[in-house]
Amino acid sequence: MLTAPALAVNNLSVSLGGREVLRDISFALAPGEFCGLIGANGSGKTTLLRTILGFEAPSAGTISGQGRGFAGYVPQKFSPDPDMPLRARDFVELGLTGSKLGLPLPNKARKAAVEAMLAAVDATGYADQRIGSLSGGQLQRVLIAHALIRRPKLLFLDEPLASLDLRAIAEVVDLLRRLAREQKIAILISAHDMNPLLGVMDQIVYLAHGRAATGATSDVVRTEVLSRLYGYHIDVIRVHGRILVVAAGEHDHGRPHVEAIP
Amino acid sequence: MLGFFTSSPVQTALAVSAGAAIVSAVIGVFTIIRGQSFAGHALADISSAGGAAAYLVGVSPMLGFLGVAVIGAGALEVLGVKRAAERDLVTGIVLGAGLGLTALLLYFDVTARSTTGAAVSVMFGSMFAIPPAIVVPALLIGAGAVGATGLIYRPLLLCAAAPELAAVAGVSPRLIGFLHLLILALAVTLSAMTVGAILSTALLIGPAAAALRLTRQAGAAIALAAGIGLVSAWGGIALAYESYGWTPGRTWPVSFFIVTIVFAFYLLSGLRARAA
Repeated sequence: MLTAPALAVNNLSVSLGGREVLRDISFALAPGEFCGLIGANGSGKTTLLRTILGFEAPSAGTISGQGRGFAGYVPQKFSPDPDMPLRARDFVELGLTGSKLGLPLPNKARKAAVEAMLAAVDATGYADQRIGSLSGGQLQRVLIAHALIRRPKLLFLDEPLASLDLRAIAEVVDLLRRLAREQKIAILISAHDMNPLLGVMDQIVYLAHGRAATGATSDVVRTEVLSRLYGYHIDVIRVHGRILVVAAGEHDHGRPHVEAIP
Repeated sequence: MLGFFTSSPVQTALAVSAGAAIVSAVIGVFTIIRGQSFAGHALADISSAGGAAAYLVGVSPMLGFLGVAVIGAGALEVLGVKRAAERDLVTGIVLGAGLGLTALLLYFDVTARSTTGAAVSVMFGSMFAIPPAIVVPALLIGAGAVGATGLIYRPLLLCAAAPELAAVAGVSPRLIGFLHLLILALAVTLSAMTVGAILSTALLIGPAAAALRLTRQAGAAIALAAGIGLVSAWGGIALAYESYGWTPGRTWPVSFFIVTIVFAFYLLSGLRARAA
């Protein structure tokens, strides 16, 4: 890597409640790079993101990079109360001013920045609605705008596609790709299904049982690599431009038992 | 009605209740959106122990309310837990212990010092018996509480909406939570002086809840809540003053009128919110 990485994770291990959740994870993100953090539920994706953000302490290893400490974050669980007296535009503005003291006095430059950010994520149409009344896809866009209005160099998203319908998924992925390219933001996005991200990922961090295989998608998502990671035989099947990762198990009542792994 | 404005107890009541209503309404908005209505109620109830102790040792009840409310805020913070259900549990236990202490102190007030009115004053307020010397310190406490809320306005909002995102932005949700409790203790002190410790909740939660039903913006909700609180407090005082003629020789308790007006505002805001 020629330029200084936006994020470098080296030999990271994390234990929660005495149980080792992540073991020996290493990867680096260059500025503007789009990285998918892929794994089944419970594989440690959220723990990895929370550790990089500083919410959990690593038991071993280091996290560094120029973008760290000034990162945007889109959490997985965010369902604001319907009565929360914040419109989408207020919430986006808080991304810029939420840590500032004193009353929010009117400021033309800030108002313009909020308008521009709302337009960049196509949220202008519902900017005056309360955040508690937005749909899943609308809320994702507002959260992304809240995270990006500070102009971070790193953006972490935890399962942002999980609760969206197919159309919203395509739109959010397209938005993220545009932001990564145009604004040189390194993006680390977790997902249990890699397929919506196949066309945009520069790199993949594939998590299973707390360990990771990292690299280009074509190098990582292969039968040998994932079989070694899982510790048992895995088939990687490509159909119609989609990738299915399946574990062929024991025959059960005479029928082949195929378990799809996300 | 002319006597209303020239009466010194009425003037004192108008001044102190205005401070109490506005401060309670402003911080009440944050108390509701943080989901800490029960903690607010508990803090008010606990402060009654301070009021009762003040009668016993013969100092200003305001000092008693303030001291115990601040200690209560500290206790809630120290015992503070993240899970909402557990937080309610801890709050309930602290509340029970505080009220038990109040029961003991009020018993001593009545038996040892024969201050028979103490129990009613502490629990339900005695608006027309507020000493005029209280006005300046009470308004200073009020100004301090509103000023502090203004100072941490945006971190308070962000922590209420998304504590994790506040932490990512460099704000400590725990520190902001503690400051909120401290400001709440100031508000509770003032409202305990006016409508009494038990009824403080009405001034804290009622106007803010009504305002939150009527507007989409935090700033507007705070202004509206302050207005509703002020109208309720002053309207209650005026009605209590008038009530002297209804049952000759006796004024009805101010607290009753204030709390009833707050309740009416809340019901009306529901109609309006449903229509909108």
